[in-house]
This record gives sequence, structure tokens and C-alpha cells, in this order.
Amino acid sequence: MIEAPAAKPAEFNQRDWGIHPPALTPGYKTSVLRSPRNALISLQNSLSEITAPVFSPDELGPQDNDLIMNYAKTGLPIGERIIVHGFVRDELGRPVKNALVEVWQANAGGRYRHKNDRYLAPIDPNFGGCGRMLTDANGYYYYRTIKPGPYPFRNRINDWRPSHIHYALSGDGWAQRLITQMYFEGDPLIPQCPMLAGIPSEEAVRGLIALQDRNAFVQLDSRAYRFDIVLRGARATLFENRVSGAPA
Amino acid sequence: MTTPYDFANLKETASQTAGPYVHIGMAPGVAGFDIFEKNFSNVMVAPATQGERITIEGIIYDGSGTPVRDVLVEAWQANAAGRYNHPADTQDKPLDASFRGWGRACSDFETGVFRFETVKPGQVIGREGRPMAPHVSLWIVARGINVGLHTRMYFDDEVEANKVDPVLNLIEWEKRRKTLIARREKRGAETVYRYEIQLQGENETVFFDI
Repeated sequence: MIEAPAAKPAEFNQRDWGIHPPALTPGYKTSVLRSPRNALISLQNSLSEITAPVFSPDELGPQDNDLIMNYAKTGLPIGERIIVHGFVRDELGRPVKNALVEVWQANAGGRYRHKNDRYLAPIDPNFGGCGRMLTDANGYYYYRTIKPGPYPFRNRINDWRPSHIHYALSGDGWAQRLITQMYFEGDPLIPQCPMLAGIPSEEAVRGLIALQDRNAFVQLDSRAYRFDIVLRGARATLFENRVSGAPA
Repeated sequence: MTTPYDFANLKETASQTAGPYVHIGMAPGVAGFDIFEKNFSNVMVAPATQGERITIEGIIYDGSGTPVRDVLVEAWQANAAGRYNHPADTQDKPLDASFRGWGRACSDFETGVFRFETVKPGQVIGREGRPMAPHVSLWIVARGINVGLHTRMYFDDEVEANKVDPVLNLIEWEKRRKTLIARREKRGAETVYRYEIQLQGENETVFFDI
């Protein structure tokens, strides 16, 4: 019997490392001293890996997914108004419900509101640059923001990051935890980005590029981008008696 | 019985580094501003939480032996009775309404020290009914880390439990098992478990593919 939507304890599929950048990507220089050299030790999942924190809507504020308004002090932030939306699914195509989605980004000029960012582009007094939300029963999420600008970073001396929004995702299991970045269709910096260059699969790079979604535009107000995310899936094998610790 | 879904075969979304400004999104107070009403933090306990109060404290070092000062670490653990606050954990043990078992800490920008205030977890049943020694799962992200690193912290005063822990025993090199064991220290009334993580080098910490 297969009960697809049930939160049955199940182990996650082995991770496909062919779609992730390896730990050591010398073109992205900071990875050189921060990458383990030993092989990862592969674990069969136990309760420690198939469980994860559960979040509730009352932990978030009503404007947490509105980056245009959630730090507006004296007026609206400067830049292109956009909506970003999509679905969080697992590898089997099932919605990941109640997933915590956290996003952060630079402002329209490519500057982060962070004490360590010293880029000369100005801070926008009305833009914080972070938001968060929980997916609904269909795995759907959406937020409103300002399109981030590209910015230079110290790697090779003329390296620039394409416009991007950072994502952190927390799903049903600790093994699903994921951090990634979303890019924008048509950005000429994408093919030159040392962080994207570390991804061994072209298809996986395409998966990080949001497409403009014209039908989701708000007329006379905002453009929209669609970005779907896939987290690891749990096999529908029945093994819960072995991990749940309830030996009969 | 019908199968309600036609299972797809999708590829996981590719990981990308958390970058140097991870704090903006996940701990804005650390980035230097106040935006959300409620914030996630490194304090995992409330006054009513059951169990022995402990502090987990450590530094993460890069391959040159320099502390990584812009790292974000998350902890996930069972409660003092050894049960996870999650529906998939159906062990016959009490849940603690005052303990989620999850926290998020940032290293200090000057010293690299990160800290969690939590309780010591109990033993959780592992695969095939074998108990696992008390442990805290840690997930490490930072600039220069392309895919978040998973490790487990064990406790040096759990000698017998550690000896038979199925995960520690999976590590072929006994010398490397030691990289997962935190050292208990007393600082006045405070119990601190000190845990150093080496991303690379001679005593590289064991990281897991979970």
C-alpha cells in the first residue's frame, strides 16, 4: 500500500551528488580552505535524520513575506517591484507542506544591509532585504520584493555576482535541509559566475534560474518570477518499526 | 487501495553557498538590524524545559587553523527523555512542550565562538532497535561551503553509550571518531561542552552524507 501524502517515517533517497557543487571548487577561492578533504561518511537514516523542527505560522509576522513593506520607514524602497512565487516539492513530486522558506538579498544597487558589507553602493533606508514564509498545503510559497542588483566580490579582481536571492529551506526531515540561490532569466553574468560554474550539471544550473511569469504580474504594479524548489524525497518503503523505536 | 499520486522523478535543487551575508536572512540581529518580531535563536530552552542545562560552545577552524568567523550553525536534538519533537518519532517517551530541540547560532565576528544553550539529550533508538548514544546533529553553512555540512556532536561523559553507538562504530578509523566528541567542562554553575570543528586538515572532523 502506498500512502503518498502521509507523514510516515521513511528514509530519504540517497543524495545525488552529481547535481551539487563539490566541496572544493577552486574557481570560488574561499572554498579552498573551507572544504573537507575526506570522503563523507554515508549514514542510513535514523530518527535523527528523518525528523526536523516543525514551525508554526504564529512564529512569523504578517509582513514577513513582504520585503517591500517589512522595513519601509519613510517611504517605499527603490528598485524594480517583483513577486517571486513557486512550489516546494520533493523528488517524488509531492508538495512539501509547512516548509520554512527564508530569503535574503542585496538591494537594487547590489548592497546588503550587513555590517560586513562595505560595497560603495548605498544602503536603502527603506529596505531590509530579508523575508520568510511557510509553504501551504500545496507546497506553494510567494513573496514580494525589489529585484536585487549585481555586485562585485573579492575573488578574481573583476568577478561579479549575478542578481540573486538566497534561500534556506527546512522541510520534514533534517536530511532535506538546503541552502541555495535563485537567479534571474537573461542575466549576462550567469555564465561567468564562479559559484554557478561549480555545479557539474547544466540542467541543475537551469533549475536555479527563475523565469519571468507574465501571467502572475500585477497589472500596473509588479512583474513576477516563478521559482520551484525540489527537496529530497522519502522512499515509500515500510520500515518504520525499525526506526521508530517501538519494538513490539 | 488506490495510489493517489503518480510519483515524479525530480532532481533535488542544487545547493549554493550561504555566502558571507547569511545572517541577514537567518539571524538579522547578527547582521546589525532589527526587522522581525520573533527571531530564531541559539537559546533552545525555556524556564519549563526538562533536563540538565548545558551550553555547547565551539569554534570552527578552516584548513589554515584560522577560526571561521562568519559561520552559521544549526543544532537539532532529542529532548532529555530521548524523543524528537516531530510526528515521525513515535517512541514511547514523553514529549516536552517547552522544548523544540532546534537552535541556530552564529559565530562571533571577532572570536569565531558559537554557543547554544540547551539540555543534554537522552538516548534515541536507532535502526534495528539499537540505541544511539546521546548526540546533537549539527548543520554548518558559510561562505566557501558549497553544500551545508552535517555532523554529530557526542558527549565525552557517555563513555559506555559511545562505545556501542552504531554511528560512531561505522567510522572505520577510531582516531577520527574522537573528532565528534565534545569535552565537558564546569565553569562555576555552568556545564559547558566544548566542541572544536576542523573543516580540513590533520584532525578533520567527520562529516556525514545523510
